[in-house]
Amino acid sequence: MKSDNPGGRTRPRRWQLSDSAIVRLFIFPTLALLIAMNLFPLFWSLYLSFTDYSAIAPQPPVWVGFKNYREILHDRQLWIYFATTGRYAVLAVGLETLVGFGMAMLLRQRFKGSGLITTLILIPMMLSPAVVGMFWKLIYNPTFGIFNYLIGFSQPASGPVWLGSPKLALWAVVIADVWMWSPFVMLLCLSGLNAIPQYLYEAAAIDRASSWRQFWRITLPQVAPLLLIAILFRTIEAIKAFDMVFPMTGGGPGDATELIAVNLYRQAFLGQWRTGRSSALAYIILIIVIAVSNIYIRLLNRLRRE
Amino acid sequence: MGGVKATGIFFRGTTTSIRVDKTGIRARIGVAVRAVLAVAIAVIVLIPVVWMGLTAFKKHADAVAVPPKVFFTPRLLDSWVFLFTDRLVLSKPMLAQYPPECTQSWQVCLKSCPEVSRWYECVALENGQLVTGPSKYLERLRNSLIIAGCSTFLAVLLGLLAGYAFSRFEIPGKDDLLFFILSTRMLPAVVVTIPIFLMYRRLGLHDTHFGMILLYTVFNLSLSVWLFRGFIDEIPREYEEAALVDGYTRLEAFRKIVLPNAMTGIAATTVFCLIFAWNEYAFALMLTSEKARTLPPFIPSMIGRGVVEWEAIAAGSLVFLIPVVIVTFALRQYLLRGVTFGAIRQ
Repeated sequence: MKSDNPGGRTRPRRWQLSDSAIVRLFIFPTLALLIAMNLFPLFWSLYLSFTDYSAIAPQPPVWVGFKNYREILHDRQLWIYFATTGRYAVLAVGLETLVGFGMAMLLRQRFKGSGLITTLILIPMMLSPAVVGMFWKLIYNPTFGIFNYLIGFSQPASGPVWLGSPKLALWAVVIADVWMWSPFVMLLCLSGLNAIPQYLYEAAAIDRASSWRQFWRITLPQVAPLLLIAILFRTIEAIKAFDMVFPMTGGGPGDATELIAVNLYRQAFLGQWRTGRSSALAYIILIIVIAVSNIYIRLLNRLRRE
Repeated sequence: MGGVKATGIFFRGTTTSIRVDKTGIRARIGVAVRAVLAVAIAVIVLIPVVWMGLTAFKKHADAVAVPPKVFFTPRLLDSWVFLFTDRLVLSKPMLAQYPPECTQSWQVCLKSCPEVSRWYECVALENGQLVTGPSKYLERLRNSLIIAGCSTFLAVLLGLLAGYAFSRFEIPGKDDLLFFILSTRMLPAVVVTIPIFLMYRRLGLHDTHFGMILLYTVFNLSLSVWLFRGFIDEIPREYEEAALVDGYTRLEAFRKIVLPNAMTGIAATTVFCLIFAWNEYAFALMLTSEKARTLPPFIPSMIGRGVVEWEAIAAGSLVFLIPVVIVTFALRQYLLRGVTFGAIRQ
């Protein structure tokens, strides 16, 4: 490679850095940025969560101990929002798992054009959730939207008012979420399915195992780790869902789609500016996210060990 | 291959060879059924996107027609004029003050209307509206481009360096550090936004391009580091070691051996960072208001003014989404890696 340097003649040594210097030089900027912009703000908001403070008031934060946390845990309204978020997460993630896995099973066997089809189906998950929220709003529109039309109402106006009815609005958001994120589950499942060694099926065929049995004994257990990772990612995202719901429904009608992250935004920024209290709420959400991830990771580890 | 197959049939005997034939036909029908189903699913999945695209080429009456119009005479200019201008709806008597050739069709207007000189003013007039000035869309688009572009450059640069270090060197507490880096990405945006809002307000970074670039750089850094570690892990160490033996310094080896080999990784990571910064909504909504506002919070706000111009919103979304759709195709090999932070490779 270095033919212009024969006989090991030492080259003029410029910019000779030791390996450890390089490591420090290369990693430092990243760590410094993450500490300044993530770790520091986290500690700051932990402090704020124990204070009475509003970002638009001239008074400095006043230490109040656990008052914010106590208030939040006794706030019935917030429990309703947590319940809505839970329902939303279970419905959306459940449906995404089923639809995504189903699509993966369908696209598992290659056929002419299957690569193109797969990529086309993956488009929704790459789009901006806020803009997706907007076009679902157009699609659900009770007078000129196509959704009611597509599901069989000849007059869209005679169908349900998806975003206007407290009972249906959450479902409307769930449907849009399933549309956007089932492809994500599909993508992970497909890679899991493609990694199953063929000899397992050959062995099962020799044993004359039915395809039903093959599915339960080979396919599902083999895909399970990746499926679980997909579910983990989606659950975390569902708990902190904000981007699509907020432009689409703004939490309404009433508080039918007031997910906890939407309410947090409202408390922290929109009109209320209850900075201390919303910091505490943010920490509670964070703890829930961490707890949920831990449960999944334990499950995942148990699966791996088996 | 042929030999293997033949022995297989040979071992199974004659009766099974008939069964093989049968399953061959059945398998072929199965594949056909799957293909048809898959195409149907793809069509259903794409309906919302296509509908948005169609709406962008409708005139207002068609965009809000009941029942929805699948077939319509496309209007190539209306929605784009609506998107890029602010307009005033003219009342009947005001409209009557214009000579009739001005308000009929924009082509006639452009040729023979003395009071209006620009083509977009003619298009607006045809719709009974008066252009009052440019809309904010172009400005927001420019902000989106600047912020996504600069932050991606920084995230890729820093991520490449850190990813290289994590891939090649023994670092005390490496796994913990990497986990810390990944966990920053899992934080809900709303949780970190409150303190960052306070911090930015004190530093004067609220609603500035620099502030948003910094934030998106950090937001993408974890992805970038993880992806690069994976990509660089795949470049054989021997290449570099050979270069080191030849008298290259570490930095030279990095520049001349690792960089050229990491080009596809750099391209894929760049595009992922671009997409995430381009699409980001929550931070932009809470940390910008005017000067540095990007498109994702702006597009939903187009709805709040009087008559909702769905065709303009559709056009605005289309401009915003098309680059992402193109890029999705370019990236299809790397999608899995990108969306799982490089944790899973095909």
